[in-house]
Amino acid sequence: MKKFKFLEHTADVKFQAFGREIEEAFENSALALKQTICDNVKVIASKKKTINLKQKDLESLLYNFLEEILYLLDAENFLIAEISKIKIDDKFNLRATILGDDASEYEFTNPVKAVTYNDMSITKEKISDYGRHKELWTIQVVLDV
Amino acid sequence: MNLNKISKNVYEIPQEEKMEVPARIFASESILENIKKDKTLEQIKNVACLPGIIDYAIALPDAHQGYGFPIGGVAAFDVDKGIISPGGVGYDINCSVRLLKTNLTKKDILSKQKEVVEALYKRIPSGVGRGSPFNISRKELNKLLENGAKYIVEKGFGKKEDYLHMEEEGCLKEANAEKVSDRAIKRGIGQLGTLGAGNHFLEVQFVDEIFDDKVAKEFGIEKNQVTIMIHCGSRGLGHQVASDYIKLMEDEYGFENLPDRELINAPIKSKLGKDYYSAMCAAANFAFANKQLITHWIREELEKLFPSIKIDVVYDICHNIAKFEEHIINGKKKIVCIHRKGATRAFGPGRKEVPETYRKIGQPVIIPGSMGTASYLLVGTKKAEELTFGSTVHGAGRISSRSKAIRELSGEEIKEELREKGIEIHAGSMKSLAEEAPEAYKDIDEVVRVVDELGISKKVARMKPMVVVKG
Repeated sequence: MKKFKFLEHTADVKFQAFGREIEEAFENSALALKQTICDNVKVIASKKKTINLKQKDLESLLYNFLEEILYLLDAENFLIAEISKIKIDDKFNLRATILGDDASEYEFTNPVKAVTYNDMSITKEKISDYGRHKELWTIQVVLDV
Repeated sequence: MNLNKISKNVYEIPQEEKMEVPARIFASESILENIKKDKTLEQIKNVACLPGIIDYAIALPDAHQGYGFPIGGVAAFDVDKGIISPGGVGYDINCSVRLLKTNLTKKDILSKQKEVVEALYKRIPSGVGRGSPFNISRKELNKLLENGAKYIVEKGFGKKEDYLHMEEEGCLKEANAEKVSDRAIKRGIGQLGTLGAGNHFLEVQFVDEIFDDKVAKEFGIEKNQVTIMIHCGSRGLGHQVASDYIKLMEDEYGFENLPDRELINAPIKSKLGKDYYSAMCAAANFAFANKQLITHWIREELEKLFPSIKIDVVYDICHNIAKFEEHIINGKKKIVCIHRKGATRAFGPGRKEVPETYRKIGQPVIIPGSMGTASYLLVGTKKAEELTFGSTVHGAGRISSRSKAIRELSGEEIKEELREKGIEIHAGSMKSLAEEAPEAYKDIDEVVRVVDELGISKKVARMKPMVVVKG
């Protein structure tokens, strides 16, 4: 399974991220955002941040989760390396631990202005993986750049 | 989709189903073909469905797909029945352009091109990893949010004439810093005087052609003169203001009936509508102040290389903004709320909003080209007030995606291509350079030709870049 892929968009950045569980799809969305922020810069996972969110639906949860990554970069100079833990419950509570580093240590130019709801979708489909039935979550997001 | 030709360069999507008014597309045939390739027409049709919209929703010749409103979109709303929408302004509130004129000529820069590009790149931070060298307290930032460019000038970074030559004199008076969230403040406080990345840039240009001698003279522009253009916005602070109010409006009004969640809005007269407008004005003031600091640093750097240099502001115009302005509606003067998203105000002669220096001839309209191509200086017109609520284009407008641009040319190839044209560039990332390849944009010359032919602003001068700095 591919973690994420970028799609065509006239002006902004559109991606799809995938996961066998919703948490994995969220995690891969964060990685697609990271790639847009700093391309292929290898970020050392030396610092830790936690995110706790409660929202009204999955889309709002995703929007706020990704926005938090942008907030941490601008306000706390924290550049994401990876998601170490993430849990989403059916009441739309999210708890996540993000690992990353001091952004000043890296050369990059974040073009991302904001996460948008435009064309956002979170879908789940049944897939057959070597005869075994599994679920595949697909997340689609447009970033304003 | 139904699309009727009204007259030369004017097309209309007639009012149907949920539309409150028709939608008008201002474009030549070739530009219209490009516009049809993405979701621009669908998006402008959605705008025409919003409550209280007046006359028609407008897509200008640089229109392309955005979120909620298309970029290059203009809409006027009735103050009593209408709405205000953060998605109709955009996340980068007051993303805008400032044009500076100098007493240098082309050959002065050509002899020091490399020194100029390096000095400016080193001094003007892009805003990530290395934030702003300008420290400001929370209390002082509140003052800045309410006073815009004037605040920065009064701190000793510029002169009064600078802000007198800006749209709204560099300050939207209805700004209220208390309506800006703590999160937005925290995102913006370390980013003052930073350029940002993406399509933001700083260029040193020369005037390569004059189309209207009389107006050029009034603007203080002559052939071979060196000009400087700054394109940037309200940084993380503005982005967070948009995002905060989108969430608040969703909680208050719900989004279930909207064709695009980014079209969320609030009645202009509601508390939330008013609060958003006050916060938007504060973010716009951050953008004016941001460019004022950058202007000051440009002056300091270029004075080191050219001790007798003199730099003055020609004008500074907003791209992503909502404004309350007087327009003629059904033959009567009326205050309406104009949303300009990726669009520029283009007032003609006589309007009180135009700085006194330019009031007799109309406001300067600055249209940046894509990286490495020509930019234009135009003048606003009465015709724009009749056709487009006093609005015109904001740039060339994209035609192809960032990923396609990267596949076609590498950043290094573009740098080489620009160097062959005599342009020195320093970009923070080769990827962003490739994404902004001139080939990814519409032909600026064609966009400006159509604007001039429509009469929604008239050509005054063309500038070509010699030095480009990008985040």
